[in-house]
Amino acid sequence: MAEEKTKVYELSHVTKIYENEGKKFTALKDVSLSVYEGEIFGIIGMSGAGKSTLVRTLNRLEEINEGTVSFYNDIIGDLKQKDLRKIRQSIAMIFQSFNLLNQKTVLENVALPLKIAGVSRAKRREKALEMLQVVGLEDKKDSYPARLSGGQKQRVAIARALAADPKVLLCDEATSALDPKITEEILELLQTINKTRNLTVIIITHEMSVVEKICDRVAIIDNGVVAEVGEVSEVFTNPKSDAAKRLVLPGQDEKNINPYDCSNQGAKVVRIVFDGFSAKEPVISTLVEDTGLKVNILSANTKSVGGKGYGQMIVELPKGEKEQETVLDFFEQRGIQILEVSA
Amino acid sequence: MDAYIKEAIIKGIWETIQMTTFSALFAYVVGLPLGVILYVTAKDHLFENKAVNAVVGFVINIGRSLPFLILLVLLIPFTRLVVGSSIGTTASIVPLTVGAIPIVARMVESSLNEVPSGIIEAARSMGAGPLFIIFHFILPEATPSLLLGGAINVATVLGYSAMAGVIGGGGLGAIALQYGYYRYEKQVLWVTVALLVIMVMLIQEAGVGLSKKVRRA
Repeated sequence: MAEEKTKVYELSHVTKIYENEGKKFTALKDVSLSVYEGEIFGIIGMSGAGKSTLVRTLNRLEEINEGTVSFYNDIIGDLKQKDLRKIRQSIAMIFQSFNLLNQKTVLENVALPLKIAGVSRAKRREKALEMLQVVGLEDKKDSYPARLSGGQKQRVAIARALAADPKVLLCDEATSALDPKITEEILELLQTINKTRNLTVIIITHEMSVVEKICDRVAIIDNGVVAEVGEVSEVFTNPKSDAAKRLVLPGQDEKNINPYDCSNQGAKVVRIVFDGFSAKEPVISTLVEDTGLKVNILSANTKSVGGKGYGQMIVELPKGEKEQETVLDFFEQRGIQILEVSA
Repeated sequence: MDAYIKEAIIKGIWETIQMTTFSALFAYVVGLPLGVILYVTAKDHLFENKAVNAVVGFVINIGRSLPFLILLVLLIPFTRLVVGSSIGTTASIVPLTVGAIPIVARMVESSLNEVPSGIIEAARSMGAGPLFIIFHFILPEATPSLLLGGAINVATVLGYSAMAGVIGGGGLGAIALQYGYYRYEKQVLWVTVALLVIMVMLIQEAGVGLSKKVRRA
């Protein structure tokens, strides 16, 4: 399906090296990925992984050392300053610290991108008011940012980002300074804007829950490298890279993936993943009834990924190779994914 | 106190106000752009330029390190060239302006440095050019701080203007010197000092009040 869609961004072999007092630091290493029109694309990674640098290469706030960043038909790195500024008007950005101007009213803040674009005063006002309506803050138009809450500030920032009718919205940790309830509201707003305005949204975050809630596809960045890219549901149910596993299974690194002690020495522990369908079935009960074998549930959780329910369970299999095989066969027959976590 | 002394003091107040106002004004005409140049040419700023920054910074540092009294004397030929005389109120405005320029420039630079870098990043991400960023993002955001710095600078110029009395400038400083020092009329000395203190306080209060009035955060 991805091939049929228009590419908004195509990054190929992007490398960024910082040089500080003779010391080199590679922030991005050979990064290649594509973002398609109309999707919400997540970029997730631990702090220091290079995701903030990555998002800044998308509007050339950061110059890159190697590779190319294409935005529709333009190679961002080849643009002259004047053309770059023009193109930045269609690449809006919101930030963790909001970056609103304290000395200007909410309305003046929202109108700024239009002023840059040379829109007349009357039209600026009209458009800014319309954008404030989209984020539900038209009654705050004459307030100053200092009088707004964090969530309201981010809404104003979103209104400002939308004012010049951008093609893409970059969100740099846009919810990281907000509490969970406000985060949820902002994410819902972003989702609504994505659907109603067909705006491509790129979200940088270190929070798994943000990606889970609204992203269609996700790239996992680890040490400046793209560890994994794919549909959110796929990456979350079947993480392949170590970085992805660390994020999907928080608190369980690859060396000690099972935080629980097995009751039996030599027992086998597996992680089984249910998709939206099999999660409804009482699989474990059926297993016990059908085979008479028991498994020990060490950890279980379900989550909603991309609107579908997913569940995963870490279970300890019974002793004995034959019994273990019977249980694994049972899972396989029901289309449940089995991932070995320890032998 | 004799009537002629009272008259002299009133004239002195007026001269001091004139000297301070014009010197501060001219100092800002030159010092504000210099401060902006220092700021934008610094490392990682809009027009990063090591050479320009170093040269401007060097000249400003020399200007700031010269004692004002020495500057007054050094500038006598230049003052003559500009206003045709080196004594009197008008003549004092020249060295006062020159002396205040580096102070203003550094104060402006430090006010601009208070603007969060995120604001500039946001401006760049919107596609704003460097001049637009300076005039519509940085300067408006720095205004309350610029006004506070302004009050300090004007008070400094006022203090310097009193020194100008030594080489024949007018104003309260000259009166304090002539009547208070040479004639040892203590009363006159204290009155002029009190007047200078009051004027500095008024300037400071006005600056703080104005800054508060325009500050939205």
